[in-house]
Amino acid sequence: MTSVTSGAALGTAAATRPNYNDDVVRLFVLATIFWGIAGFVVGLLIATQLAFPQFNIEPWLNFGRLRPLHTSAVIFAFGGNALFASAYYVVQRTCQARLWGGWLATFTFWGYQAMIVMAGVGYLFGITQGKEYAEPEWYVDLWLTIVWVAYLLVFLGTVIKRKEPHIYVANWFYLAFIITVAVLHLGNNLNIPVSLLGTKSYPVLAGVQGAMVQWWYGHNAVGFFLTAGFLGMMYYFVPKQAERPVYSYRLSILHFWSLIFIYIWAGPHHLHYTALPDWAQTLGMTFSVMLWMPSWGGMINGIMTLSGAWDKLRRDPVLRFMIVAVGFYGMSTFEGPLMSIKEVNALSHYTDWTIGHVHSGALGWVGFISFGMLYYLVPRLWGRERLYSVKLVNTHLWLATLGIVLYIAAMWPAGIFQGLNWRTYDEMGFLKYSFVETVMDLHPYYIIRALGGLLYVLGALIMTYNFWRTIRGDVAAAEPVASQLKGAVA
Amino acid sequence: MDLLGKHGFFERNSIYMLIGIIVTVLIGGIVEVVPLFRMETVIEPVKGMRPYTPLELAGFNIYVREGCYNCHSQQIRPLRDEVARYGHYSLAAESMYDKPFQWGSKRTGPDLARVGGKYSDAWQVAHLTNPRSVVPESIMPTYNFLNHNAADLHNIDKHLATLRLTGVPYTDDDIKNAYKDAVDQATDGADAAGLNARYGEKVNVRDFDGNPNMVSEMDALVAYLQVLGTLVDFTSYDQAALPASAAKPAEATP
Repeated sequence: MTSVTSGAALGTAAATRPNYNDDVVRLFVLATIFWGIAGFVVGLLIATQLAFPQFNIEPWLNFGRLRPLHTSAVIFAFGGNALFASAYYVVQRTCQARLWGGWLATFTFWGYQAMIVMAGVGYLFGITQGKEYAEPEWYVDLWLTIVWVAYLLVFLGTVIKRKEPHIYVANWFYLAFIITVAVLHLGNNLNIPVSLLGTKSYPVLAGVQGAMVQWWYGHNAVGFFLTAGFLGMMYYFVPKQAERPVYSYRLSILHFWSLIFIYIWAGPHHLHYTALPDWAQTLGMTFSVMLWMPSWGGMINGIMTLSGAWDKLRRDPVLRFMIVAVGFYGMSTFEGPLMSIKEVNALSHYTDWTIGHVHSGALGWVGFISFGMLYYLVPRLWGRERLYSVKLVNTHLWLATLGIVLYIAAMWPAGIFQGLNWRTYDEMGFLKYSFVETVMDLHPYYIIRALGGLLYVLGALIMTYNFWRTIRGDVAAAEPVASQLKGAVA
Repeated sequence: MDLLGKHGFFERNSIYMLIGIIVTVLIGGIVEVVPLFRMETVIEPVKGMRPYTPLELAGFNIYVREGCYNCHSQQIRPLRDEVARYGHYSLAAESMYDKPFQWGSKRTGPDLARVGGKYSDAWQVAHLTNPRSVVPESIMPTYNFLNHNAADLHNIDKHLATLRLTGVPYTDDDIKNAYKDAVDQATDGADAAGLNARYGEKVNVRDFDGNPNMVSEMDALVAYLQVLGTLVDFTSYDQAALPASAAKPAEATP
């Protein structure tokens, strides 16, 4: 306490601040940018492959091997590094404490990157468990378990030694994300390796049980990795950037507990009309519809945080990124419950509608809230007064938004037409279209989708350029320093 | 809302918050997953299901390795159009030995749950080698390399043994003869008596890829594709599955 009082007496903000470990946050920020670009580019490549199959290069660069590379790169490499970076930044600020565990935080960085490389290289060589979003083989799973326990220890250790009496709401979400992902990871990767010297393993569960556990995992990779964790981000960075308190403390309590309770039940909606028993499907549907409520509670809490500061949206493109993100969150968490209704799912399942739905959430919510977080963090972490160019932030925002609009506006009708074509009959009561006819119809949509992806990649490249110049300490000549974005005073 | 006022307890005690989170997230999973392990309520008894032969298993592993599940489902839903297009809806028993299950989530290509026997071996080989040679509008990647790679069978017995650890009923005999069974199944005119004794008379025994010099990955994959959806004896299943009330009028009708 003495240092705090003497610091306050000196009157310098810096002296009262604990000695935060920002080195590791900077590393995670750079990794987020790097893997983001990598993951988006692979996404663009596989989108192009679906429009033009000549872009497949057998065997290593065939769609079947690259698709897991794309999903893992954007979810676990881009999203995961963004969660590490923001969790480590936020937990230190909101607890007024340096990260617990010393070198352990640095270990989580290198350990996590090693996991990504091991998994990604494996996919190209066909080393996979063959379960969506849980493709890494047993040895990568074991390694990730070690890294993840270290992550939990660093995060929880910092929370325990906090100077603030209360744990801030963002940290509830980060904590739920870290612990639940650990539970899911262990539950869905019960495998026995064929040989301790080989890469191949077999899961203990098969068929119905395997499918249920997989989608308990898979849906909650969305619910906890891509939602709870990123909501933690929202609960810190939106209030900071808007310079307003969270709209409602009580709503955040309701939001938190109901979201984490209900999400975990929703997995069976991935298995409607399958061999999974009906009672489980109905339960999954019911809870998926209920999930609409806490999701929108969270969206309202995020957007209404701007209450009394709406004018900032006009001037601040970083805040705009965050609010558009929350808007997309609201949109896809309405669409999700809709698609979980069995009759809707009968049409939408197996089609590109699902792909559109996922990407409105992934590109719009996860991507944009991460970009907002990065734009907030980079000037502060590198001690720059402001970003290199606010104009470029705006360019990025519009390119990316246009990209998403092209993407989802292509995939929605593509999916619905596809679903309808599959169930179209001729006047004699026979199926009207062969399967490949329904594939041919998708070609123009696949091209539009790839164009949307290209715009999204371009936006991310502009962001990267902006960060490079910001870190170098440059300021765009046309923009006066006193413009809207002040940084540095974290 | 006094209840919300008490939330401060969790906010001040990180370990209780951690425990609260774990309890909250475990409930749903336990309720939905645990009852599924009462297998008799989940998997209907059907005749004909058997574990994969060693060659089919090698093919299954190639299917997984190449990520075929990213574009092809193996789960026919009980919807009119799917039953018309693909055949009888999928039964739980049909994937009881699939580790991992290959139900998929996307149909960029058609469902494959009952593709076995629908096309000739030659068509499958030509299609995998270059899909556009037989389906000009196809957007599937080419898999020509499968023709040139020998199927990796050197430790296929270990694969069977590992699967047995996870509950697949392979016998000592199955494991001991795994390599020979795999080679026999891919060889025209092989003495398949042992193979048939272990896996049944219906096992497809032939040189699937038409190349007698090698048991290729193409052999294994086509052997796997040709058995998909063909194991269950539906004549016995439909009788057994009908509830008594529904079965009687059906029998009465000529």
